[in-house]
Amino acid sequence: MTPRIRRLRRQSLEAPASLSAERALLVTDYLQRLASAGDPVVVQRAKLFRHILAEKALHIGPGELIVGERGPAPKAVPTFPEICLHSPEDLALLHERPKVTYRSDDDLRRAYRERIIPFWQGRSMREKIFAAVDADWRAAYEAGVFTEFMEQRAPGHTVLGDIIYRRGLDDLRGEIAAAIAALDFFDDPLALDRRDQLAAMDIAAGALIAYARRHAVHLEKLAAGEPDARRAEELAALAGICRRVPAAAPATFWEALQYYWFVHVGVITELNPWDAFNPGRLDQHLLPFYRRDLAAGRLTAPQARELLQAFWIKFNNHPAPPKVGVTAKESNTYVDFALINLGGVTAQGRDAVNELTYLLLEVVEEMRLLQPSSMIQLSRKNPDRFLRRALEIVRTGYGQPSIFNTEAIVQELVRQGKSVEDARCGGASGCVESGAFGREAYILTGYFSLPKILEVTLHNGIDPRTGRRVGPATGAAADWTRFEELMEAFARQVRHFADVKIKGNNIIERLYARHMPVPFMSLFIEDCIATGRDYTAGGARYNTSYIQGVGLGTVTDSLSAIRFNVFERRLFDMPRLLELLATDYHGAEALRRRILEETPRYGNDDEAADALLAAVFEIYYAAVDGRPNTRGGAHRINLLPTTVHIYFGSVTGATPDGRKAGAPLSEGISPVQGADRRGPTAVLRSAAKIDHIRTGGTLLNQKFIPQIFEDEAGLQGLVGLVRSYFRMDGHHIQFNVVDAATLRRAQEDPDSHRDLIVRVAGYSDYFVDLTPELQEEIIQRTAHEAF
Amino acid sequence: MSAVKGIVFDLKKFAIHDGPGIRTTVFLKGCPLACWWCHNPEGQAPRPEAMCGPRAAAGPMATGETVGRTLSVAGLLAEIEKDTIFYDTSGGGVTFSGGEPLAQPEFLGAALSACRQAGLHTALDTSGYAPRDVLARVAPAVDLFLYDLKLMDDQRHRRCTGVSNHPILENLAWLAATGRTLAVRLPLVPGITDDAENLGAAADFLAGLQRAPRVDLLAYHRIHNDKYRRLGRANPMGDTAPPGAAALEAARAIFAARGLPVSIGG
Repeated sequence: MTPRIRRLRRQSLEAPASLSAERALLVTDYLQRLASAGDPVVVQRAKLFRHILAEKALHIGPGELIVGERGPAPKAVPTFPEICLHSPEDLALLHERPKVTYRSDDDLRRAYRERIIPFWQGRSMREKIFAAVDADWRAAYEAGVFTEFMEQRAPGHTVLGDIIYRRGLDDLRGEIAAAIAALDFFDDPLALDRRDQLAAMDIAAGALIAYARRHAVHLEKLAAGEPDARRAEELAALAGICRRVPAAAPATFWEALQYYWFVHVGVITELNPWDAFNPGRLDQHLLPFYRRDLAAGRLTAPQARELLQAFWIKFNNHPAPPKVGVTAKESNTYVDFALINLGGVTAQGRDAVNELTYLLLEVVEEMRLLQPSSMIQLSRKNPDRFLRRALEIVRTGYGQPSIFNTEAIVQELVRQGKSVEDARCGGASGCVESGAFGREAYILTGYFSLPKILEVTLHNGIDPRTGRRVGPATGAAADWTRFEELMEAFARQVRHFADVKIKGNNIIERLYARHMPVPFMSLFIEDCIATGRDYTAGGARYNTSYIQGVGLGTVTDSLSAIRFNVFERRLFDMPRLLELLATDYHGAEALRRRILEETPRYGNDDEAADALLAAVFEIYYAAVDGRPNTRGGAHRINLLPTTVHIYFGSVTGATPDGRKAGAPLSEGISPVQGADRRGPTAVLRSAAKIDHIRTGGTLLNQKFIPQIFEDEAGLQGLVGLVRSYFRMDGHHIQFNVVDAATLRRAQEDPDSHRDLIVRVAGYSDYFVDLTPELQEEIIQRTAHEAF
Repeated sequence: MSAVKGIVFDLKKFAIHDGPGIRTTVFLKGCPLACWWCHNPEGQAPRPEAMCGPRAAAGPMATGETVGRTLSVAGLLAEIEKDTIFYDTSGGGVTFSGGEPLAQPEFLGAALSACRQAGLHTALDTSGYAPRDVLARVAPAVDLFLYDLKLMDDQRHRRCTGVSNHPILENLAWLAATGRTLAVRLPLVPGITDDAENLGAAADFLAGLQRAPRVDLLAYHRIHNDKYRRLGRANPMGDTAPPGAAALEAARAIFAARGLPVSIGG
């Protein structure tokens, strides 16, 4: 690490996350005073975007090599009142809560009180959404059957493809002009909408060019006043870059990174999309620039490394926008989920690992930052060296990179209807979600709690926590004489809640398309220009809506416990089970232990338990997969939790598997914490009984004690584990390499463990920033030993 | 498949230190030796026995757990074959350990043949203390011998393991002479096996074999201490500390000096 990078990194780590009112005030000001009433919504959004970029303060830090900040300073986080209007109480909570804090000052609170809240009250998307959904939706949402991704953040999952490396914005504006000229007002009934959309995209493109030029002017001034000749030269070079990109296509490695970064800042300024924004296959996109610059003597490998590290720090300077309420619980983190993909295969299906892949892995290893997150895509065509290099970084205990199966991702995407080339150029983003990078709007819509639905099923459609009816009456559990009756009732409830969720999605997607188009982001997602349609309205080549199933382990073990204890060995009957659940096993600890110890459970390669897992999967899949969304695409499932299994657990009573009321659910497709007793191969075999190819991503967490990574046999063993799991079509696996003693010490003494990063669920986070419940759960996850 | 049954006291999946790749190690119960440093004392007695759980305070009957269960070859194979994909991918297989697996010759022979038929790589972790004809019968179905060598002096061997080392040394020489793939494993037990005299004699013996084998030096560890308590038995080693890095290196040098390929750890 160069001294400069060390300094920038430290600044990024030490800066506290704070809120900035700048954007909210610019947005408010624009709409109050400047907006023309005659502009269509999409044009108004584009002009608003232009206004923000023209007026916002510029920040160019000493020594920076990549420029552009969303807020006025690193980790100063803007708000998005048009999506979610924070109340004074929200601001106080964000300021004071012990974890994932966002500081704010009196000026910000006054601005909110006096200007932002009075204007936005009643106008935010959050309010529009809650007003538009129906009573069934609200009942299920409030009961904790599902969550809603779009209630505080705009539709996300936008991973960039290769477009910016090939084309400058001037070129894209030329395409826009040609598309407008080619509009057919005689035979195309949507011609006017397309013209508005394309005009807005042109304004947005111009806005980013102007924003880059503002940087150029500022950099030139800095260069003129810079006493250090080398830095002055650097500033002048950077000014030159900001004059060329993003107007023109990048010619050098440095220009490519700076171009991406301007686009990144633009996307996350336009709105606060879920799963931020992401350059995706960075080792593929940058390779031609890297090789060309090296050959021409314009760049050395150490210089490239320094530029990449400066680029990494920019991500870390941008914590996720603040979340409150259920959304804060389902995704309780500063992480904004940019996930750099390394490795995999090329569009033609060849091994894509290259020298830049390894350089990027070095950057990951050295930077040890929360953001961006990183993963490797492991194809059967990639060498073991690649996987071993990744495992060497994993063993340092910081949870990155996670490991994905390229062949599974490609099959998943092709099954969903993508071309094989587009699938190969795709990858995983956010936590584990598959998508065709640069060509797909694949929007996560909410988590879906399968254990909560089982609880509702066992109570004939009533949520026992509140006594409210939330689902249909599917029969009294006490009357069932066969296990199959339970499964039929459960399937009906799953179908009901999937219906309710999908109906809500179809409303919410249209609300976004109508009120919150994203003409800037649409510039970069093919085929939005060609179709003249917005990213939110089906302009992308592929359009998917995901619903993320949660608690597969808990629901499988619960069903297994009912079958085994009630219907097979008749340890107790159904009324007794309901009583045990109602009393949270009070006074029945010995019985609860027997249930925990003796029930066949998921994660042990046990056919009886795993067959129920497969049955639940089929029920959930059938309820969701292939059902149309509003954007010309379809709903799909995936299986991942972020931190929602804690929240869902908190609103779910005791479950038949012996889990106590309020305890976390199992996460991702991992077994219930501590249920797997037969080692990692049994877990992987069980997990592979899910048909991963029919999902859009699954998340499997494996915790290992550090010793396993210490010798050659251990490393080879892990290589074998990963390769075997992927041969069985497993989608993703991540390793947590920390021992319980270390975590306990960190709980007792958080201050000396600020840098302890652990894998949570599809992302890494600072251990000391996790809630006590989540900390406890990380410790509880079975640590596998090797023998 | 053979109807022969055997007594197994543990079956460990994802075993990565018992031969190449990812393996399942099958622990057969019963051993003619009683080494002071034995780290699987629950494998010594041939019959199932009571052992208390890891968290129980003391006494074998506290929260009873029976060590050892009877398994058919077919039942054993079904469990082993669940992990075939891991063996295939990593170049792993099955390891028979114990106890002394050669002490259940019928079961071991049948299980090894069944593994062979299933196309699995087989390893035999043995003390070598068995009649030659027993060894000769199973040897063709073993791909790799993990062969323990402890003490070269017969008196010392008798005292610390309860048996003579003559059959062990003779069997080892025979295996080497018949071209079997061998890795010799020597436990470095402080004050018992780690003196220069014993190690030098072992190194000389191994270097003199028809084909010099690879040597793995296994450092004594205390992981087993708890097992003695749970079996309600006294631990013969008391609180002996594991060997330090210098002792390990000194031992390694003795074998390296004879030109033997040697490593610490298995």
